[in-house]
Amino acid sequence: MLDDTDRKIINGLQGGFPLSERPYAEAAASLGLEEDELIGRIAALRETSVLSRFGPMFDAAKMGGAFCLCAMAVPEARFEEVAEAVNKYDQVAHNYERAHALNMWFVLASDAAEDIEATAESITRDTGLEVLLMPKLEEYFIGLKVDA
Amino acid sequence: MSRIDAMDRRLITATQSGLPLTRRPYDDVGAALDISGEEVRRRLQAMMARGVIRRIGAVPNHYKLGLTHNGMTVWDVDDARISALGPEVGALEFVSHCYQRPRHLPDWPYNFFAMVHGRSAGEVMEKIERVARVLGDAARAHDVLYSKRILKKTGLRLQN
Repeated sequence: MLDDTDRKIINGLQGGFPLSERPYAEAAASLGLEEDELIGRIAALRETSVLSRFGPMFDAAKMGGAFCLCAMAVPEARFEEVAEAVNKYDQVAHNYERAHALNMWFVLASDAAEDIEATAESITRDTGLEVLLMPKLEEYFIGLKVDA
Repeated sequence: MSRIDAMDRRLITATQSGLPLTRRPYDDVGAALDISGEEVRRRLQAMMARGVIRRIGAVPNHYKLGLTHNGMTVWDVDDARISALGPEVGALEFVSHCYQRPRHLPDWPYNFFAMVHGRSAGEVMEKIERVARVLGDAARAHDVLYSKRILKKTGLRLQN
């Protein structure tokens, strides 16, 4: 499992990775590690999926595109069929079944903002079910802070 | 709205699954795109300044860190007080996503979403209580939607 060095890396490097010639050397120095040790540790954490990625996190909305959370109330008997109909769209970035009358929650993502509503309408045509659009109006999230 | 040019787009495609784990990762990305490492860094810096890049670093997997329980909490918060209270909830260390979203009346009265993570169902419940205390009487009603199953998870992927 994770040792103290792994925890130090996960907790200390969730942002602020340097934009310098030897960024791992710079980041390693701030954590009291050697460059190659840090690279090896990150590779191992990626290998075991403790880190799902190491690199830049992009915001699609700022690229001129958009993300939009959507919700649907899907009759239980049709759930698998509707999940398949929704998931076949490339614009569906993730989709979760949740315990609620609104039981299907998915995110539409596109680098073209106008694509979002068009896709939602298309899903409604395919399934006969209303898609509730829940775009973010305001973001209150203050940085990531997962503790390893 | 800031747009990206063709080279930014190639840079995003080259780095969206991760930076090379090499001593000179930006030079290596540049070599693949036929630009200098310096230009890679300059473009990444500019995208950070415009908010196209939120941050550069480690993206942990909640489940692998033992945060196996999550609840999407939804709240009906007084419109006049949401902008003051939102940042307070967003600053709680166990909240990973926190947004104001539109209501869909009459069925969906909730205008405030906060994703709460914990190591057990009990821990998630405790944390929801802490959110409730922050919102106080500004929250008229709330609900928690637990995830039952991941149906798809690919994330945003730009095509070449």
